[in-house]
Amino acid sequence: MTLTKAELADLLFEKVGLNKREAKDMVEAFFDEIRIALEGGDSVKLSGFGNFQLRDKPQRPGRNPKTGEEIPITARRVVTFHASQKLKLAVETLDHANAAQ
Amino acid sequence: MTKSELIARLAARFPQLVAKDADLAVKVVLDAMTAALSRNDRIEIRGFGSFALNYRPPRVGRNPKSGEKVNVPAKHVPHFKAGKELRERVDLNGEA
Repeated sequence: MTLTKAELADLLFEKVGLNKREAKDMVEAFFDEIRIALEGGDSVKLSGFGNFQLRDKPQRPGRNPKTGEEIPITARRVVTFHASQKLKLAVETLDHANAAQ
Repeated sequence: MTKSELIARLAARFPQLVAKDADLAVKVVLDAMTAALSRNDRIEIRGFGSFALNYRPPRVGRNPKSGEKVNVPAKHVPHFKAGKELRERVDLNGEA
């Protein structure tokens, strides 16, 4: 099972009492606001869940794995996610006998 | 941006809702995401990214202070992969 925007919207309908339209819009807005903050260079800290941070990576040498040709990987800004202690604990305690790979 | 700022921005976007609804909505979404990951379910948000668990096999670690060997049990750790749209919009050098 994969959790998607559709299931999140269903939950907002059931648990918050938003109408279907509002629930769908709210889910879109939730991820949109996080994206806007990150786009603007602002990190996002959701206590109890985790932090989205930005990292500026310098240019580094790369290689086309097919041709072996050397091409530089350009400098870029990337998003990294760091799970909170609470989230880490919640997933660590999985049943490893069944869940491993 | 913190969680309370996110709630405030969402409340401002939905003036027809009471402020408490934005607060509850954020809680419901984050709880559902935590619950999904703790069932080892993936989360896939188009345009934003995906969350999944990475498996870390058991290993023998060392207490850096005493040098003593300790068994570190297998565990899962959450992992986020930014989606194409987020990646491009965040990258300063990305095409607009």
